[in-house]
Amino acid sequence: MPQDGQRRSRGMRTSPLGTAPRPAYPTPMEAIRIKNLVKRYTHTLAVDDISFTLAPGKILGLLGGNGAGKTTTISMLLGLLTPTSGHITVLGHDMARDRFPALQRMNFSSPYIALPARLTVRENLEVYGHLYNVQRLKTRIGELAEQFNLTTLLNRAAGELSAGQKTRVALAKSLINKPELLLLDEPTASLDPDTGDYVRTMLEAYRRDTGAAILLASHNMAEVERLCDEVLMMKTGKIVDRGAPDELITRYGREDLEQVFLDIARSGAVNTESEAL
Amino acid sequence: MNRRIWGLIYRHICMYRRSWPRVVEIAYWPTLNMLIWGFTSSYIAHAHAGPRALAAGALIGGVLLWEITLRSQMGVTIGFLEEIWSRNLGHLFVSPLRPAELIGALAVVSAFRTLVGLFPATIIAYLLYRYDIFAPGPVMLLFFANLLFMGWWMALGIVSLLFRYGAGAEALAWTLAFGITPLACVYYPIAALPVWLQPFAQALPAAYIFEGMRSALAGLPLDWGKLAYASVLNMAWMLAALAIFAGEFRRARINGALISIGE
Repeated sequence: MPQDGQRRSRGMRTSPLGTAPRPAYPTPMEAIRIKNLVKRYTHTLAVDDISFTLAPGKILGLLGGNGAGKTTTISMLLGLLTPTSGHITVLGHDMARDRFPALQRMNFSSPYIALPARLTVRENLEVYGHLYNVQRLKTRIGELAEQFNLTTLLNRAAGELSAGQKTRVALAKSLINKPELLLLDEPTASLDPDTGDYVRTMLEAYRRDTGAAILLASHNMAEVERLCDEVLMMKTGKIVDRGAPDELITRYGREDLEQVFLDIARSGAVNTESEAL
Repeated sequence: MNRRIWGLIYRHICMYRRSWPRVVEIAYWPTLNMLIWGFTSSYIAHAHAGPRALAAGALIGGVLLWEITLRSQMGVTIGFLEEIWSRNLGHLFVSPLRPAELIGALAVVSAFRTLVGLFPATIIAYLLYRYDIFAPGPVMLLFFANLLFMGWWMALGIVSLLFRYGAGAEALAWTLAFGITPLACVYYPIAALPVWLQPFAQALPAAYIFEGMRSALAGLPLDWGKLAYASVLNMAWMLAALAIFAGEFRRARINGALISIGE
């Protein structure tokens, strides 16, 4: 692993992910538009009438305790789950009727979904490069290997890697197609603080260089404070509050986002967003 | 070839070239079956001349041909189960890979598995028992294709059950095709079944294919009508299996089974 200073200097390059700066979106269009989204299982209301948008180039944090509805919301955004009602538009595509063109332009990473353990890191990236129809795949893998410090791991089986190395491989996979929208579920879980900081720097650089939008679900409040332009606080399927991290901290009269999170999580009643605001 | 389909095929190629137990498993049962039934047939053929010797040949042919269906069915279902076991389905289903492309890739992998799995058994049949599966001529390719196709629609049915019941239905991948063997009339004509069972056998393409194979081995002219009927039946079953698969996939996206399928 390179030293932290080396990483930071690498992260400060014009195109630290080996990508040419991408022009802005041709038309002002939300990366995500969710309207009145509901997901009801037989006995559970997992997501209860939420609406939000995410603009290109912005990072939106999705916060909430276990069972708040974050994973369900992300699953619906990815097309893994069909909403009970409401609308999801991703990069201009209606996910109910036209999800594959959107999936081509987005990507996802979660430490809770694995990559085939028998395959080497390089093979895994090749497989996903083919699935996303990545051009000049060998070059792209080289870029990602350098940026995520995977060069020496490329020929190692994914199953032999440490948890932190696997997370870095999963993140490299999630950038293989230079996504315009990146959905991240706990992107720095299992990473030591040094590597976690490195990954956060990479994500900031990726957003800056490509204009990509990022939706981030995380329990790491310091990470959310650092990365996110706006935060949605979810509780029992509802969005109970939203705003920029600093704005939320000021509004709740707290010192950091973790205290805000605890205030919301421990409040007895579930406020609707309008009540909270 | 569609690049997404190739991507998934490449994933399986990489897996097999790093896992010799998986490669051995592909050929193990067909080879073992061929040895058991080959020696049995050989004994019958030497002990009894005439029609019984012909029956011995039909037994070896039946073993080889039925393995095509069994292996092609397992090729698709095990290919799908590999994604569940490696917890990779989530990544696949959020990629631009269409469900039809997933099926297409698994069918190609299954065809390769079948060829690799049956190669040693075919060689053993020829070297040990002087049985040449290709002796009846090019018509055998039509038998092969129909049996391969039959394995695929059976596999789609099993994958649909995996969507509905999760990995708990995994045992069906290994057992379902064996369960319908009595109705496939691999070693005997449909007429050998009780009258009440015959309609079930007649609904399966395999019964007509094996009747055709026995005719070919006996040097009788092939009943092209029956072969065509078997092909039509195969198409009908495939359409039904695709409809069931599409329905179960849609249902899995509603109830969250795509996320929890490995549990």
